[in-house]
Amino acid sequence: MKYLHLIWAALFRRKARTILTLVSIMAAFLLFGMLDAVRTSFNQAGQSANGAQRLQTGSKLSFIQTLPQSLESQIAQVPGVKLVTYANWFGGAYQDPHNQVFSFAVEPNYIDLYPEIEVSPAERKAFDDTRTGVLVGETLAKRFGWKVGDKIPLQSTIFPNRQGSKNWTFDVMGIMHSKDKKAGGFYDQLLLLHWKYFDETTPFNRGTVGWYVTRVTDVNQADRVAKAIDAISANSDHETRTQTEQAATASWMKQLADIGLIVGSIMGAVFFTLLLLSGNTMMQAVRERTSELAVLKTIGFSNHAVLGIVLAESVLLLLLGGVIGLGLASLIIPAVSANSGGMLNLPSVGASSWALGLVLMIVIGLLVGALPALRAMRLNIVDALAGR
Amino acid sequence: MNFLINLALLALVAVVLAAWIALPWQGVLALVVLFAAWMAFTRRGQQAASVTSVGISTLGQRVGSSAVIVVGIAGVVGVLVALLAMGEGYSQTLRNTGTSDTAIVMRGSSASEVMSVLDHDSVTLIPQAPGIAKDAKGQPIASPELVVAANLPLKGGKADDEGSVQVRGVSEQAWAVRPNVKIIEGRNFQPGMRELIVGKGAAKQFAGLEPGRTIRLGSEQWQVVGVFSSGDAMDSEVWGDASAVADTYRRGSSRASVVVRLTDPKAYDAFKAELDGNPQLKVDVSTTLDYFAKQSEGMSKVIRGIGITVGLIMAIGAMFGALNTMFAAVAARAREIATLRAIGFRGLPVVVAVMLETMLLALIGGVIGGLLAWLLFNGYSASTLAAGTVGKLSFELKVTPALLWTGLKWALAIGFIGGLFPAMRAARLPVTTALREL
Repeated sequence: MKYLHLIWAALFRRKARTILTLVSIMAAFLLFGMLDAVRTSFNQAGQSANGAQRLQTGSKLSFIQTLPQSLESQIAQVPGVKLVTYANWFGGAYQDPHNQVFSFAVEPNYIDLYPEIEVSPAERKAFDDTRTGVLVGETLAKRFGWKVGDKIPLQSTIFPNRQGSKNWTFDVMGIMHSKDKKAGGFYDQLLLLHWKYFDETTPFNRGTVGWYVTRVTDVNQADRVAKAIDAISANSDHETRTQTEQAATASWMKQLADIGLIVGSIMGAVFFTLLLLSGNTMMQAVRERTSELAVLKTIGFSNHAVLGIVLAESVLLLLLGGVIGLGLASLIIPAVSANSGGMLNLPSVGASSWALGLVLMIVIGLLVGALPALRAMRLNIVDALAGR
Repeated sequence: MNFLINLALLALVAVVLAAWIALPWQGVLALVVLFAAWMAFTRRGQQAASVTSVGISTLGQRVGSSAVIVVGIAGVVGVLVALLAMGEGYSQTLRNTGTSDTAIVMRGSSASEVMSVLDHDSVTLIPQAPGIAKDAKGQPIASPELVVAANLPLKGGKADDEGSVQVRGVSEQAWAVRPNVKIIEGRNFQPGMRELIVGKGAAKQFAGLEPGRTIRLGSEQWQVVGVFSSGDAMDSEVWGDASAVADTYRRGSSRASVVVRLTDPKAYDAFKAELDGNPQLKVDVSTTLDYFAKQSEGMSKVIRGIGITVGLIMAIGAMFGALNTMFAAVAARAREIATLRAIGFRGLPVVVAVMLETMLLALIGGVIGGLLAWLLFNGYSASTLAAGTVGKLSFELKVTPALLWTGLKWALAIGFIGGLFPAMRAARLPVTTALREL
């Protein structure tokens, strides 16, 4: 630590070069921060404590196949089941088919299974009492400027109503807030309508439900409960497949894209380039300072101390650039999310990304510093001072 | 004064970049020819050429720092081209699926085939519309199809790892509507039997889709009897007999869509007008070209956006790397440059020499990056859940000449900025100070 001043002075000996290198390092870690946020959001989707308690039961055949509504009472009787609800995919869009809205037609107790969604008791009651009522997520409401009491037209991209028209009208009865802003972004974009109203209005549903959600009393029993639920309809014409919410979400994300591979390859290319770039800077820095390093040795710095000073310099260079870059990423990501009008919902740079980033900075710093530092350590005082 | 010059330089950079992005390849070629002529035939140009050749001949002594420019830019171009190739492959696969002389009819207000339901009456009514081509027996070439999804185990996944594949129930006419679909292994399914043929993309993604194997769809056993290839999005599907599929999925006699072959693309308007005007039908008609192009739109835009964002951030990094290297190169040659100016060379040849050197390095980097992307990723297969379908869509990354060209343009743009500022410094170095410097 007592050499910090010395290292700092050495680092900024040539301001222009150091700053140019810092900007490159910054760009690399800015990219790292953003890509790692994407990767984390893919990996962590559905992995909340509440999510672990919920099971999703869908048709074994495929997710588009519906299940009979009569299954609800049978699932409710499975030991270990605390609550059960069901929902249908509504496929809503506002004004333009491209403005897709995550909209589910649900049984009124749906919200009871999702304690991470907050709705004021008055609004909840109003929703329960209104046949055409809907609950709207906070972000979604902001995106389209909806307020409680508004009548909103929605198109369904799947279900026409009895008149054959795709236009449905709903009354906004309440706003849903997610308790955990970081993990629960999805609920803020959700729209919930009454399954009953939905089923009565479209001729295409006929009393079926898309999927069941079950809350178990004990997380450790989840596997047993899942098997018991699937056993109810085994060998019938509507066999089911029950998974924890975590497993179901992870499987979707995996099918969407192999994010780990994409992010890994990009970062591989970026860090390889960075290694070369900052390595070049450090080499130049040490070459220029050959005589200064010789003077250090002359006045009594040991070989190892010189090695340490050069290594520390390169680690400091990487840390400076990297921390600024990651810091920028954590500033930019929320801004991007906010400006995308709810289209993108990225978590900010999390603790794990910071930890991984810091480790990378130190490792790259050591790698980059290794050669110049060894060179500095092996410096022969007489030769160096003579300029040989 | 210094500040003003730098500001003017920045403005120049912005203008040049904007023009550069818009410039087609003919324009670039013209620029290169003009520039070569200037170098060959004018006195200034010849001076510039000789200074440049001195700079380039000393490149060998600066391999390490020059490699920073080359590798940095190769990285940018490689990643950019690979990401854009992903978007290109995806949208080409979907766009190739559609043609302008086939049309798809779905229930009104359905965003995609899988969301559409046509009842039996509509399915029999639609093929009677005018404009549909007739086959040898005089039957209209119209294929009522059912589109559903099935959960199947993924190849190379854990026992419980299931993915979704799009299943299409088809009739004889499906082959007439899509002449590009060919059986490449095994045989076709027999009508009425629980037999499946699988697209070659789907066979690659899911386990147990080889001819001779049986798979479970719900509680039923289906036999895989063949593999087909189409070279488009159909490759990711599994086909079976429409009535057998409808049976398993409890769809009765309803279908999702009717795909028809038109007599020619011009017949489309009359065909659409007839169906829209029929009060018994509530359907949406579009050419398959439009339909699939629309499906690919959103996702291609997203992939392109990601590619350009990542490319831009990497480009900033590479640009500063190039600036660093070239400033060092100019500093190292300060005396040489000052000597040249002392014996009468003007500033312009010096500027041109430094910029040409940087852009040459950038060009090498761009070529290496593009080549790497092409070698590693051209034809690389990827998959995603495509919009408008309910199965994994497999597609191949396509590194097209147009994308390689984009990559080279990026490389030269980075080289231009990375060389401009060091070049200006070299030209404005006071001769006396530079000569006195050790």
